[in-house]
Amino acid sequence: MIATTLYLIIYSISLLMLVSLGLAIIFGMMKVINLAHGEFMMLGAYACVLCVNAGAPLWLAFAAAALAVGLFGIVVERLIIRFLYGRIVDTLLATWGLSLFLVGLVTTVFGPQAWSISARFGNVSFGGMNFSAYTFVLIAISIGMVVVTWLIARLTTVGLIVRGTMQDATVASGLGVNRNLVYMGTFGYGAALAGLAGAVLVPITGASPSLGLFFVAKAFINVIIGGHLPLIGTIAASSLFGTIDGFVSYVWSSVVGEVSVLIVAVILLRLLPLGITGRLRSGL
Amino acid sequence: MTLSRRQFFRTASGAVAFASSYGVLAKAGLAQGNPIKVANILDATGGLNIYCLKQIKATAMAIDEINKAGGLLGRPVELIFYDSQSNNQFNSQYATQAFVRDKVDVLIGGVTSSSREVMRPIVQRFKGFYVYNALYEGGVCDRRHMCPGLVPAQQVAPLVDYVVNEKGLKKGYILAADYNYGQITAKWMQKFIREKGGEDLAVEFFPLDVTNFAPVISRIQSAKPDVVWSALVGDAHMSFFRQYQATVGKDNIPLAATTYGLGRENATLTPDENEGIMIATSFIDALPTEAAKSFVERFKAFSGEDEYVGEYAEYGYRGTMLWAEIVKKANSVAPDDVMAAVDGVTFDGAGGRYTMDGQTNHVIMDVHIAVGNREGSFDLLKSFSQQPPADTQAVCNLFENPNDTKQYEPEL
Repeated sequence: MIATTLYLIIYSISLLMLVSLGLAIIFGMMKVINLAHGEFMMLGAYACVLCVNAGAPLWLAFAAAALAVGLFGIVVERLIIRFLYGRIVDTLLATWGLSLFLVGLVTTVFGPQAWSISARFGNVSFGGMNFSAYTFVLIAISIGMVVVTWLIARLTTVGLIVRGTMQDATVASGLGVNRNLVYMGTFGYGAALAGLAGAVLVPITGASPSLGLFFVAKAFINVIIGGHLPLIGTIAASSLFGTIDGFVSYVWSSVVGEVSVLIVAVILLRLLPLGITGRLRSGL
Repeated sequence: MTLSRRQFFRTASGAVAFASSYGVLAKAGLAQGNPIKVANILDATGGLNIYCLKQIKATAMAIDEINKAGGLLGRPVELIFYDSQSNNQFNSQYATQAFVRDKVDVLIGGVTSSSREVMRPIVQRFKGFYVYNALYEGGVCDRRHMCPGLVPAQQVAPLVDYVVNEKGLKKGYILAADYNYGQITAKWMQKFIREKGGEDLAVEFFPLDVTNFAPVISRIQSAKPDVVWSALVGDAHMSFFRQYQATVGKDNIPLAATTYGLGRENATLTPDENEGIMIATSFIDALPTEAAKSFVERFKAFSGEDEYVGEYAEYGYRGTMLWAEIVKKANSVAPDDVMAAVDGVTFDGAGGRYTMDGQTNHVIMDVHIAVGNREGSFDLLKSFSQQPPADTQAVCNLFENPNDTKQYEPEL
């Protein structure tokens, strides 16, 4: 019972971190609200399915999905986003339009049906209860994503430049940093994380044009409550909501789980309008 | 002779008014080639199109076959298609347009209960006739509406009978989509499971966007049922079948479902996930009858697609053909004449014999119990012949209350 609850909570937290980290990085770094985040995930899911169907092993398909959607993100940044920095409502509209376009395009090209891959991971028995082995893979990838992002930001020169630009773009460019390049790279990295998330979800949800819709609301709530610091915010908000959702969904039901997450989100927004990390001046 | 512009318009508009006056044309015997107009409103785009794409083609195929056989009442049939884009607002807009601008003789379509409830009042207002080709929660009592699809009692009773009595899977755990179809179907499941001597351990509802089923899968394992009953609906809920197979597995606790296969899920999930799911349906591609084989072949030739066809495609064909049979019996396409001729009309279709029940304007039909196989299809296990729409019959009597237009919630 306790082991199951713990497992469900950790799984729930990991799912939330997985689907919202890419969005949080783009929002936290550039104050761009990417409404096409869900569709980036959806593209990652299709990339993964295509790779697996072409005979690639699953881990390679994950990498390919991240890379492909990352490159796609860079193209989107160059063609659309870079003209709209500092205009939050305009980026909102532009990325919303992009998301509608992507859903339509994918439906036309791949059809409305969900696509599946046959990957067998089997299950793990513990205390008379079966657990899907793949959920442990998902938990590991989700934690890995956060750790790698933290390492890049903390230990590399690129990370230093990005953090500097994030704190004060004008000063950073005064010191010779190419701001455009940083923004482009950051957007691409956020998109790559979204693509990876979509690919990792394929064995659980399949790939369908509506995949993004199922997760984008959760990701947004998570990012808004997390606040402007992408890593700490994502970890904090995911842990909070994941714990509530995992526990309540198991003890009561999925409906009560969703309702309680929303209630807590509303109360928190009233108390902390800028999110959990809203008062923190520096950090990640 | 020179015509001034004003004179020209006067003459021309007079001629147009004369020519378009139906009665005049009919008297002159000129209406012979005047087509019967059929409106089909379905979602070719948007999230609901997994239920519609095949049905759109099957309806077109039915009209095509009617025309090839010489039309209806000696007149050709013209199909007008409207894409409602998975948005009820378009159902309302196009239904109005079909009656007002295109002056259609019958309205076919709508896939969700909400789209149907948007269009039924419009059909009433224009005194039209409406064919709703879907499986739904039952209870619509309206002479201007007919539904050739399954209602819960019709479908759940045979499935429970098979699962509880023949397979001996008595303790059930029920999962259903959290809206009227799921809520009502879950009640019928509980009722029939108890009646057949089974036990319902729990009932749980899921909003349509839930994709994480790990919590309920854990609860199912603690409850240790003999079988899990599903009335889950839509894309997101298909995740359940993946996650269930990856944890519990149907070998340990089997699955029985009412809506599985309607969106052709069987053809898109993996063989492991499809194999062993028990369903009750009025049509599967693999029915071993000549009618079914012929329908599947004709549909594949007509659509140029070589995939699993499924029940919702057959609904489109069935509904259109049943309406055509009613028109033949009424010897008129006028909605009021069609309404009066509904009772007892039959059509021998791909899933067996379909008989219109004039008390409810629903259909008495064969219900087939089938199980998912590794080829992305189903194997037939057993057929229950001529099941009546008993739940709707219990609350609706159009013979006694011809002016009824309500949707009743069946009392349990």
